[in-house]
Amino acid sequence: MKARVHVMLKNGVLDPQGAAVQHALGSLGFDGVEGVRQGKVIELDLADGTSEATIGEMCEKLLANTVIESYKIEVL
Amino acid sequence: MRAAVIVFPGSNCDRDMAVALRAAGADVQMVWHKDAALPDKLDLVAIPGGFSFGDYLRCGAIAAQSPICKAVVGHVERGGYALGVCNGFQVLTETGLLPGALMRNAGLKFICKAVGLTVATSDSAFTEGYNAGDVLQFPVAHHDGNYTTDPETLARLQGEDRVAFTYESALNGSLADIAGVLSENRRVLGMMPHPERAVDMGHGGTDGQALFRGLLGQLTQA
Repeated sequence: MKARVHVMLKNGVLDPQGAAVQHALGSLGFDGVEGVRQGKVIELDLADGTSEATIGEMCEKLLANTVIESYKIEVL
Repeated sequence: MRAAVIVFPGSNCDRDMAVALRAAGADVQMVWHKDAALPDKLDLVAIPGGFSFGDYLRCGAIAAQSPICKAVVGHVERGGYALGVCNGFQVLTETGLLPGALMRNAGLKFICKAVGLTVATSDSAFTEGYNAGDVLQFPVAHHDGNYTTDPETLARLQGEDRVAFTYESALNGSLADIAGVLSENRRVLGMMPHPERAVDMGHGGTDGQALFRGLLGQLTQA
């Protein structure tokens, strides 16, 4: 089985990289980009039957730093 | 005082740290990250700067899961002292031994220069050689030194006098210009600027000497 973990900075945490990307899109002439947030996608190849709770533990312990990041698990 | 300097793949300030500690009079051993135990009767663990594990995933995240870091957590839980500089500070926040996190610098650029650093408290073994309000010159060299934490933790750090150093002027976007913080028992210090690069006139200044001498003074009495 596969799972995909999306890690994003929490709402309210300033994302300087997202802001720089937004600025660059503006200078390419794309008007109306009102916000950009940049995150990570991590794909996991897992033994069948791995529970979502176990994946959650992986996120809490390593994949995300929950002081500043939130995560979303997508089992594929 | 017996000190250990942890070496990760990608550490690059480990030998500078050992030189600074030895110059102050410490007995220093280098410890490889795959070791599961620290030397006996250790007073201080120093986690040096660098780019452990290539900064993969997040700065310090992989190092924080290494075998030696479990021993470092045990050392701190037994009341031992720990100093984390630059990448070492990032490792200490990733292990949870210090609160908060270090994000990408607000200006997105790697900052490498000497900066003015204000001593925010002299109430710790690390800072007792200074007076609160002293302004020191320390080098910084980091891409991810933008300290952040939630408002409650910030209030607690400030209320408990646990901010050790602040930047004299805004540098990297750090909350309240925080450059270094202490643990609750004041025995763990994490800081982004490099005291070990400020112990030799040949490197531009010696403002870091008092940190290592103070530590030696405190830990040798103990």
